[in-house]
Amino acid sequence: MEDTTVDEAEVSGAAEFAPALVAAHPQGHSVAVAVGPELRVFDLKAGCAVSLSDDCGGRFHSDAIRAICFSVDGALFASAGDDKLVKVWKTDSWRCIQTITSEKRVSSVAISNDGLYVTFADKFGVIWLVTLGEHSGEQVSVDNKPVPIVGHYCSIITSMKFSPDGRFIATADRDFKIRVTLFPKNPLKGAHEIQSFCLGHTDFVSCIAFTSKSEGQRFLISGGGDSTVCLWDYINGYLLDTCQVRDKVEELLEPNETDDSNLAIADICLSNDGSLVAVAIQGFNGVMLLTCDLIAKKLSFLKVITMEKSYIPTSLATSFSSKLLWSVMGASNMPNQAASQLLTRLRIIPRFQKNLLSSSDNGPAMLEDTEVPHSEKLLLALQGSLDIAKQEEVLASVLAALKVSMHKMLVKKHYSEERREQRKRGRNDKKIKN
Amino acid sequence: MTRTNGASGGGAAGKLPRKRFYRARAHSNPLSDSHFPVPVSPDEFDLSQHYPRYFPADKGGGEEEAAAATAPPRISFADVGCGFGGLLVGLSTLFPDTLMIGMELRDKVTEYVKERILALRATNPGQYDNVSVVRTNSMKYIPNYFRKAQLTKMFFLFPDPHFKEKNHRRRVISMQLLDEYAYVMEVGGIIYTITDVEELGEWMQSCLERHPLFEAVSDEEVKADPVVKLLSTATEEGQKVARNGGQTFQAIFRRISLQEE
Repeated sequence: MEDTTVDEAEVSGAAEFAPALVAAHPQGHSVAVAVGPELRVFDLKAGCAVSLSDDCGGRFHSDAIRAICFSVDGALFASAGDDKLVKVWKTDSWRCIQTITSEKRVSSVAISNDGLYVTFADKFGVIWLVTLGEHSGEQVSVDNKPVPIVGHYCSIITSMKFSPDGRFIATADRDFKIRVTLFPKNPLKGAHEIQSFCLGHTDFVSCIAFTSKSEGQRFLISGGGDSTVCLWDYINGYLLDTCQVRDKVEELLEPNETDDSNLAIADICLSNDGSLVAVAIQGFNGVMLLTCDLIAKKLSFLKVITMEKSYIPTSLATSFSSKLLWSVMGASNMPNQAASQLLTRLRIIPRFQKNLLSSSDNGPAMLEDTEVPHSEKLLLALQGSLDIAKQEEVLASVLAALKVSMHKMLVKKHYSEERREQRKRGRNDKKIKN
Repeated sequence: MTRTNGASGGGAAGKLPRKRFYRARAHSNPLSDSHFPVPVSPDEFDLSQHYPRYFPADKGGGEEEAAAATAPPRISFADVGCGFGGLLVGLSTLFPDTLMIGMELRDKVTEYVKERILALRATNPGQYDNVSVVRTNSMKYIPNYFRKAQLTKMFFLFPDPHFKEKNHRRRVISMQLLDEYAYVMEVGGIIYTITDVEELGEWMQSCLERHPLFEAVSDEEVKADPVVKLLSTATEEGQKVARNGGQTFQAIFRRISLQEE
């Protein structure tokens, strides 16, 4: 009988493939890209790259960043990952004002809507909460320890979001589940009241997103390894609609390319007016757009924006204030990857709103590099290079790795008896040193 | 260590299965993902397989058809880690109109309980139709089987393995798992725990006391509850402890609703 445990990620000699991530400041002030341990930020207002500074021990991240996010008001930014650190940054000065140590690697991070707390998920499936210091920029004393508030037993949290009204925190895991929990006024005692479980995915849930406030406070959208995007009434845990992304993609790809593991949903992003859902699909060189009709409670296929053959977005982002959809492709921790090769490629889709995108429009739906805001400076800062040839080389290997990565990351591996014993011997749960 | 099962068909003949054909190690690793089917959601949990008398003449997913007539019966009691089924058998006749289920991780032991129930149904017509067992990992999949506020009683008898120290969070009773148990229990439902390991007993008591959705059941109520006696007498483990003159530690709590400030 197979007998593997979740802690395998801690012990494996070869670090896991880490996709590049992109996040956009809610008011459009900046864009951040994380690839490997590097955090790259571009200030869109000033039109220049940002240099980060760190008050907390002077170290930036030393290992792959797995999650990034902006706070709802844009004042704060959080990054966390394999170095077991959660870093909180002020976005006006881009100084790191707080660094929190986790016992285990971090897979997901979120900032509460009021900016008072940061939550992060460790590889055992526990969500921890830390009180954030004042925004005034003073040094924060680090004796406020993380407290556990929610647990998905023995599972990996893939996505964690606060509802727009701040009442709930939703967490999705590798074991097909989405849990919606009431986020109490005093969360330091834990979030114990579960509102609902949204159950229906038949494979890992890779990403979740709440619809915006104006649409009424009950809808959640999720994407999964089962190649579906689902619309939920999260108050009651009802599955309202399912979009079988696989069917659409199969029409567009060659038959030999539609291997099941290639069609997992990599990321979803809602447009700021709630009318569209952009879907990034592992193994698909483009972005699929779905319309989201909350009156009829349906998701429908709108169109596909195909990109060049070698471009598969690993992460999507948009801001409240602009109609740009940012996508990035990149990765770290790939076999034979040199540190200097942390290159990414950005592609931006304009007019990311239903009324602006006509489904009959077959023209180029992406910005050319020259049309990108602050074009060269931005692309150089966030991509790491403007050299097309060099990029293509790196991205080709990302492409190859991507086609198996997500499946490997989130589907449990099975080992032989000896290999298991070997792994057990190497295991080590580090305790936090105080 | 485990013998192959030579006692199949025990249920059909009405003969109780022999335990020695179902021996398994006492411990099973709840952190591992064994490959047993898990319903995607409670709606997909086919009760007709478990309680045929209550869901007659259907082809799986019997609830829809029963629903056409009246509200379908739902499971009210869950025995988490039911072992060889001693408690369930005792509860079945005490609550003949209540549907109850045992959840057990070990394959062989689950088979034993299935055979035992079939045999009991055969030799006691009209009885034991309300009890069944499912092989599953209740620490991971409870929400897949039960809807919000469905259960009126949950049982955790002699949990084992009882992880030590930094593995406390892997115990079947923990602050995090109590969130899920509270979710599937209705307000007013009762959670029963018992163990012969003092430290574990203290741990479970402490978790339940600290959890905002549970409050202790008063001593008078505990004395008056006919179920309580079964905790220490109905199961193999309980009987073993009694034979050895050991002490048991109970924690019985009620699921309450959160008081908002």
